[in-house]
Amino acid sequence: MYLTVAEERTLSGENGEVMERMFRLLVSLGEIYGADKMIPVGSAQVSGVSYKSIGMPGVEFLEDYANKGAVAKIVTFLNPAGMDIEDWEELKIPPGFAENQLRIMNAFKKMGIVVSATCTPYLAGNLPRFGEHIAWSESSAISFSNSVIGARTNREGGPSALAASLCGVTPNYGLHLDGNRTPGLLIHVDAKLDDNADFGALGYIVGKKVKNNIPYFKGIKDADTDQLKALGASMAASGAVALYHIENLTPEARYMKPEGLEKLTVTDKDLEETFSSLSTGKDPDIVILGCPHSSLKEIMTISRKLEGKKLKKPLWVCTSRMVKEAANRMGFTQTIEAAGGKVIADTCMVVSPIEDMGYKVTAVNSGKAASYLPGFCKQNVVFAKLDTLLERVT
Amino acid sequence: MEILKGRTISPGKVEGESIVSKEPIGFYGGVDAKTGLFIEKGHELEGKSIKGKILVFPCGKGSTVGSYVIYGLAKNNQAPLAIVNKETETIVATGAILAGIPCIDHIPVERISTGDRLIVDATSGTVSIVRSNS
Repeated sequence: MYLTVAEERTLSGENGEVMERMFRLLVSLGEIYGADKMIPVGSAQVSGVSYKSIGMPGVEFLEDYANKGAVAKIVTFLNPAGMDIEDWEELKIPPGFAENQLRIMNAFKKMGIVVSATCTPYLAGNLPRFGEHIAWSESSAISFSNSVIGARTNREGGPSALAASLCGVTPNYGLHLDGNRTPGLLIHVDAKLDDNADFGALGYIVGKKVKNNIPYFKGIKDADTDQLKALGASMAASGAVALYHIENLTPEARYMKPEGLEKLTVTDKDLEETFSSLSTGKDPDIVILGCPHSSLKEIMTISRKLEGKKLKKPLWVCTSRMVKEAANRMGFTQTIEAAGGKVIADTCMVVSPIEDMGYKVTAVNSGKAASYLPGFCKQNVVFAKLDTLLERVT
Repeated sequence: MEILKGRTISPGKVEGESIVSKEPIGFYGGVDAKTGLFIEKGHELEGKSIKGKILVFPCGKGSTVGSYVIYGLAKNNQAPLAIVNKETETIVATGAILAGIPCIDHIPVERISTGDRLIVDATSGTVSIVRSNS
C-alpha cells in the first residue's frame, strides 16, 4: 500500500504511540483488504458505546487513549449508549451500570467526539453529501448513508472508525470504489408496502437471502426516509447489507445495470410469514419504538395516535437528544407522556439492559429490533405494525 | 532450526515458549484480562495462563469486544509475548495493534507444539522454531 512521507512518519512513531497504533490499525486493515492508499474522510460514526456491549475492557481502553491525548481530527458522532444520559435514574437503570456508562461518555468527550449517542446521525446533525468518503460504523447508518445519500463507507467496527476519526483517513477499498457498488441480486417486490414495519419485514427477508451482497430493488414505487431507514436497518441486521439500490428512488440506481442477476420475488404472503415467524411472544410487557432512532415525523405520528388515550403497558419511543428537543418544543413528548409513555433519548432497547429490568416480551415495529432482541436481550418479541401495537396496549 | 514465513500484522521481535490452541480463541469471555487466565468452559486451554507466552492458535472468534480484552491484558501486564495465527481476523488484529503485541499470520500453526521455543520476528514476518518440544 502506498503511504505518503507524513504517513510513514506517523507509522514510525513520530507523532506518539496513540497515533502510531491507530494509524497502524488502518494500514493493517488496508493490507488485509487490498487497499492501494489512504483517502481523507469527511466524518466518522463510532460504535461500541454501550457499557452493555463493551464492558470494563472497553471502559479502560477508552479512558487510557483519552488520557494519552487522543483527539478526533474530523466530525465524529457516537452510537447510542446503554441508557438515557440525562434521565437514567427515572428509567431505573442500575447505578453501577450508569457510573460505567458515564465514564465511557466522558472518555469520548475528552477525545473531542460529539457524544450524540444516536444511530441516526444523519437526522441529528451529521449529514454527509453524495459521493463523500466517510468512515462509519453502526450498520443501519452505514446502509442509509451508502444507499439513500450516496456517501461511501465500508462497514467499520468501533476501533477502526475511531482510528479513522483520530487520523482523518481510511484505507481505500471496498465500497469506496465505484466497481464494488454494483448490485449482485435483483429483488422484485410484488407486495403492498403500507407501513414502516412492512419495509422492516421486507428487509429481513432480503438480508437473510443476500447476506453481504448488494440488492437492486424493483417494484418499490415510493418510500419516505423513515421507510428506507427501516428497510436498510433490517437488511443490515438479518444480513450484512451495507448498500442497496432501488429503481427510480435511490441516487446511484440510475448508474446501475441490473441485468443477468439472480432474481428473488417477495410477495404479500412472504411478508405475512415474516411477521408471524419473528413474533415469538404473545402478550407484550412493554412496547418499544424507535429502532433505528425515531425521526421527528415518526414521533409526531405516534403522538397523534396517542392523543387522549391511556396506555395499559409501558411504551418507550427511542430517539436522539436532538430530535427529542424538537419533540418537546412541539408538545409531542408531553402528549406521549400524558398517555403513559416515555420519549427516551441516547439509547434503545437493544443496547440498554432491559432483560435486567424485568421485561420478557417486547413489542416492536422494527425488523432490526425483532432480529436482535431474542439474542442480545433474551426477549420474546411481538413484531407488528404501529397501529396493531397501539391497539393492543390502549 | 525450522523457519516459517508469514505476514506482519503488528511488528516486534520476541523469543519465548509457545502455548498452542488447536481451537479458535474468543478473548471476550475466553480470557480474563486481569489474570491472563483462560476462563472459557470446555476450551482446551481452560485454566491455563497465557502471560509471557507466545500464543499460537488458528484464528479468532466471537465478540468484537475481544479487541479490548487483548488491550486490557497488555495494560495489566498479563499479555502474551506474541500472537501467531494461521489467519488473523480483524478482532485479534485490532487488539494486537492497539496493545502493541507482536502478531504474525499466514503461519502453518500445526507445525508448532506447546512448549516449543520460538523466535517471533513479526517485523520481518518469520517464526523460527529454535527448539522443538516434540
